Amino acid sequence: MDIVMPNGLDPDPTPVIRARNLDLTFQTGDGPVRALSDVTLDIGKGDFVSFIGPSGCGKTTLLRVIADLEQPTGGSITVNGVSPEQARLKRAYGYVFQAAGLYPWRTIARNVALPLEIMGYSKAEQRDRVARTLDLVNLTGFENKFPWQLSGGMQQRASIARALAFDADILLMDEPFGALDEIVRDHLNEQLLQLWARTTKTIAFVTHSIPEAVYLSTKIVVMSPRPGRVTDVIDSTLPRERPLDIRETPEFLEIAHRVREGLRAGHSYEDV
Amino acid sequence: MNGRSLSKLQSALAVAVGVLGLLGLVLPRSAETGLSDTPFLTTFAVLAVFSLRRFRYPLPVFFDGCLTLAAGIALPMSLVVIDKGAVGFWSLTAAGWLSAWLFVERLTASGRGGRWASLAVPVLFGVTLLVLWEVVTRGLNVPQVLLPPPSAIGARFAASLPILWADFQQTFLKSVLIGYALGCGSAFLVAILIDRSPFLQRGLLPVGNLISALPIIGIAPIMVMWFGFDWPSKAAVVVVMTFFPMLVNTVAGLAEAGRMERDLMRTYAAGYWQTLVKLRLPAAAPFIFNALKINSTLALIGAIVAEFFGTPIVGMGFRISTEVGRMNVDMVWAEIAVAAMAGSAFFGAVALIERAVTFWHPSNRA
Ligand SMILES: Nc1ncnc2c1ncn2[C@@H]1O[C@H](COP(=O)(O)OP(=O)(O)OP(=O)(O)O)[C@@H](O)[C@H]1O
Ligand SMILES: [Mg+2]
Repeated sequence: MDIVMPNGLDPDPTPVIRARNLDLTFQTGDGPVRALSDVTLDIGKGDFVSFIGPSGCGKTTLLRVIADLEQPTGGSITVNGVSPEQARLKRAYGYVFQAAGLYPWRTIARNVALPLEIMGYSKAEQRDRVARTLDLVNLTGFENKFPWQLSGGMQQRASIARALAFDADILLMDEPFGALDEIVRDHLNEQLLQLWARTTKTIAFVTHSIPEAVYLSTKIVVMSPRPGRVTDVIDSTLPRERPLDIRETPEFLEIAHRVREGLRAGHSYEDV
Repeated sequence: MNGRSLSKLQSALAVAVGVLGLLGLVLPRSAETGLSDTPFLTTFAVLAVFSLRRFRYPLPVFFDGCLTLAAGIALPMSLVVIDKGAVGFWSLTAAGWLSAWLFVERLTASGRGGRWASLAVPVLFGVTLLVLWEVVTRGLNVPQVLLPPPSAIGARFAASLPILWADFQQTFLKSVLIGYALGCGSAFLVAILIDRSPFLQRGLLPVGNLISALPIIGIAPIMVMWFGFDWPSKAAVVVVMTFFPMLVNTVAGLAEAGRMERDLMRTYAAGYWQTLVKLRLPAAAPFIFNALKINSTLALIGAIVAEFFGTPIVGMGFRISTEVGRMNVDMVWAEIAVAAMAGSAFFGAVALIERAVTFWHPSNRA
């Protein structure tokens, strides 16, 4: 199934991420598992795209394909006009995994400094950036703690800081706020929007929360389960400037409604 | 818990100490020597009486320790004046042993003293064992060749320090340490060299298992032919023994880093060596230290046994084999004591470094 772009064919002539008829089938012990099916998608520069869909519908897999961690078995994908591998080698990606994945033998500060060490930033620059990004996620004062001394939510924030520490122009975030409480989540949502507004980062964001997806995104991609397909792409009509209470406006609620309808459609498809 | 509430076991021990102590005073233990046995008998009388009296007036743990200590000193010394074959003597021995048990039992149960208690318990255990060993071997007149008392071993140890030191230098400082460093070091390097070649890994590991299974008595004479009589041939045996445990563990450890942790490195476009140094080696550290600990014991055994097959006239294994032939069993035991101390210290040092390096591992987190 080919999806129809809401406003004509290619809304952005030079998309940052351009996927055409992506297919991905895992060969497992008990037969092939089709995780992605005919995914066609354009993500423009500076877009904030949310992926939403039921568990197991291939959101993580799609992010991994974009980041060259998984090879598609069909279709084509380009990132910044080149292959995902070339983009990865140019260090285009900041990836926040579904679990924090901090290295237990490194302190929080040294975990955040890890990509900086690998990319050869100077010591002074490393110190500067670590302090700045830890401040951004409210972890100042925990520099010398080890990951296992922090709560799960704090660990997740440290892993976000780690992805923000260097200047990747594409941020891939896999349910980064899933483990956090509502208040911290709101705060980080705001921070993320501000960061996104200040920079020219393109963000691909996986979430299970409809309000979060609507609040953050310029584009919402609704996916349906097994095999993972894109059922709807919703371009947000909300302004880029978004205070938290925009979530009570009729416009917001209308988009949320459309997302919910899309999710329902996906579910009923599975039942048939 | 200040002696107020005793567990069932503790109460039973306390009663037994009292009853056996008093019995020992009453039962025949006639002394034929002209020396007075009063000081020893008084010690046990106090031990027995206080052990029973505690049920009226609770006894602090510390006091139990003092009583046990006094009994532990009195027992071996009383061997001189008390008739060793008599029932009374063995009754007193049992009272002293149970008193030590009671003390350790209360010390661990009180949970106080933290680190000191955890150190005191094994020390107490060892000392109790030595005292009993001394009392039993001398009390029952066990022949020296079968089992000399610790005091005889100690005396021989003190009298033979230069010989023991020379043997220690030859066997431990040369054969063991050098062989260990070469064996573990080369295995580590080989593990990294074959890391990128599944073919070599699959080919080398079975060969490794084969060599690990070779009997040391077969290797040792061959090494003597290759490397001569002196320590290099012993170090070579140690290298053979330590190489494969280290290789197998390092290869397994390098596969230990999780998928997500590796993917993270991939998104940074980290190179092979960066991933190795910053992720895979730290993740492999628990495995590597496991091998280092196993090898610390293997190396000592290997070096000592290898000296049975041709050696210059110095070395712990050489000394053991010759002194056994001369029936100088106390010297054999003195060498065994050196080996035990060196082996424990070596293992302990590796374990300490392990705790410092892998502090982050769930099994080490404070
Ligand atoms: N490495 C793999 N090997 C085999 N099957 C896989 C692999 N990774 C994912 N899958 C399968 O692909 C499908 C999609 O998985 P994916 O992790 O992308 O789902 P998801 O949308 O991220 O789910 P969730 O919301 O629970 O995180 C699932 O059916 C999963 O079992
Ligand atoms: Mg997922």
